[in-house]
Amino acid sequence: MRLSSSSNEEVTRYSPQTSDNDKRVVVAPATTQTKIKLSIQNVNAWFGKKHAVKGVSLEVKENSVTAFIGPSGCGKTTLLRCINRMHEMTPNAKAEGRVILDGVDVYDKSSDPAMVKRRIGMVFQKPNPFPTMSIHDNVAAGLKLNGIRDKKLINEVVEQSLKGAALWDEVRNDLHMPGMGLSGGQQQRLCLARALAMQPEILLMDEPTSALDPIASSKIEDLVQQLKEHLTIIIVTHNMQQAARVSEQTAFMYLGELIEYNPTRDIFKNPQKELTEKYISGRFG
Amino acid sequence: MTSGSVHINTDIKKKVSSFLVGSNKNRRFGDKLFHGLVFGTAAYTLFIIVIVVFSVGAGSIKIFSQEGFIGFVTGTAWNAVEGRESYGALPYIIGTLMSSGIALLIGVPMSMGVAYFLVEMAPSRVSGPLSFIIELLAAVPSIIYGLWALFVFRFLIKDWIETPLYNTLGSYIPFFNQAPFGLDVFTAGIVLAIMIIPIVSSISRDVMKAVPDSQREAAYSLGATRWETSRMAVFPYGKSGLLGASILGFGRAVGETMLVTLIIGNAIGPSAIPTTLFSQSQTLSSLIANEFNEASSDLQLSALIGLGAVLLIITMIINIGARIMVSRMVKVSPGGRE
Ligand SMILES: Nc1ncnc2c1ncn2[C@@H]1O[C@H](COP(=O)(O)OP(=O)(O)O)[C@@H](O)[C@H]1O
Ligand SMILES: [Mg+2]
Repeated sequence: MRLSSSSNEEVTRYSPQTSDNDKRVVVAPATTQTKIKLSIQNVNAWFGKKHAVKGVSLEVKENSVTAFIGPSGCGKTTLLRCINRMHEMTPNAKAEGRVILDGVDVYDKSSDPAMVKRRIGMVFQKPNPFPTMSIHDNVAAGLKLNGIRDKKLINEVVEQSLKGAALWDEVRNDLHMPGMGLSGGQQQRLCLARALAMQPEILLMDEPTSALDPIASSKIEDLVQQLKEHLTIIIVTHNMQQAARVSEQTAFMYLGELIEYNPTRDIFKNPQKELTEKYISGRFG
Repeated sequence: MTSGSVHINTDIKKKVSSFLVGSNKNRRFGDKLFHGLVFGTAAYTLFIIVIVVFSVGAGSIKIFSQEGFIGFVTGTAWNAVEGRESYGALPYIIGTLMSSGIALLIGVPMSMGVAYFLVEMAPSRVSGPLSFIIELLAAVPSIIYGLWALFVFRFLIKDWIETPLYNTLGSYIPFFNQAPFGLDVFTAGIVLAIMIIPIVSSISRDVMKAVPDSQREAAYSLGATRWETSRMAVFPYGKSGLLGASILGFGRAVGETMLVTLIIGNAIGPSAIPTTLFSQSQTLSSLIANEFNEASSDLQLSALIGLGAVLLIITMIINIGARIMVSRMVKVSPGGRE
């Protein structure tokens, strides 16, 4: 089932539905043909006085998988949540810096936090389907929210999203059943389908397999490989093998700072920083 | 992963194992005692229910055999004159349901608004003190609300709400067509609403607070606004709890006695049927409170107990109805697999 199309040189075929703003400036570095989808520039984040993310900058290529790794509490989740402006929904939380999506800063005054989240989807650490909704309604929730009433279109998107999350075959006859009736791994794929239904350009995944068993985890990993054909993925993981398996770029964080950001191969074979080397070899303390 | 075998001191081993064996008996006894106590408390509640139902039933046999149950429930007379005694509960059933209905109609939306504001909107430096005040209000004895309504609030209601309603709508809609007096079902309903708002708000707040943030974030992540998030994640998740809070409020309003006695106008007999919003009326519990001390005959006493039986049945119907509604609404129990 695993696809092996992880070459970095691959030129992007997929072009996301452009939103109607024409301010977009495509930042294309000269060194590579691949477009920079997301540019995080000097992002800082706080919980009250606690400085959780300290001046992180990094760029993410379109149709790539980027992994955030680092010890627990180092700010991976917080950084991820800064990207789609979820961080600021927490009481007393504050974020600063720029997150440039297709040339436009999501923190710009003119940009709407809800709109940002429609373009940047999110899958959480613990599966969180809506418990009172059926499988179908869970996937359709975002569509209905955004005013889509066309039943036929909704059904099509639900099917396509469930297929995209490799859940369709398991639930196609139970679409009216409650989403909570599924197993943990299925619930997580349901949440993935719910995010995919919004046709996001970027998908943020926060330790999406930490609550799952190995088989369910490897299903999610396979999906990540397939989905990157269509969108850009950033995945937080504390499982280094997982980072090595699924990602092209890896960012290693420590105490809120970005220590090293390099191709995954280099991070694991030839880390540039001593801290990285210590972390990946399991010698930390 | 140290090498070398672990040294076991046989003396200590003996002591420890003897202790483990010896203590088991006591622990079993403790277990049994606890079991017995818990069983006893559970049996106690059952006992109380049986006693209450039995006493109310026994006390009201007389009136039910005289008027028939249906006759009593649909009757409108309340005549205590010897030889012509006749009692019916209908006016007070209507009075009870109407005043509580008004309380529910006004009180529940207000309470939901208060709870929503506290949990979803107010910053903690506002919600903390405000929650505290609401807890305080919930602890105010209802008679205080009653006295305040009798001496102050009813005049405000009469001058600012009832009279304008009567003047503008009275000649078109029969329901408003009665010169308001201030002591009537409408005032009673509003004061009951004021009485139930603190407790319903407080419980609803707890229910909304119990909705996990992961649910809110799920909605946010789909691009929901604050309000959409509540509609999508908070209300559905808390549905049964919010319904429960409302039913509790309704139950309080239905059973409230002294407050209602002070402000509902205490009409008796057919005239106690509220034909307009501003009619004087009477509730089941307020009539019991008003007449129990002066009941002149056994039959009248039995009729009053019969009102109690009807009240008991109404509250049971409300509770069972609520349970059915809850189980219909919550098709899914979190974590359940089918
Ligand atoms: N809601 C919160 N309130 C206060 N501090 C928080 C909150 N969430 C996380 N933190 C703190 O921020 C730091 C980074 O947390 P997080 O981003 O969750 O780390 P990671 O995902 O790498 O384990 C930690 O020190 C954590 O204690
Ligand atoms: Mg985390």
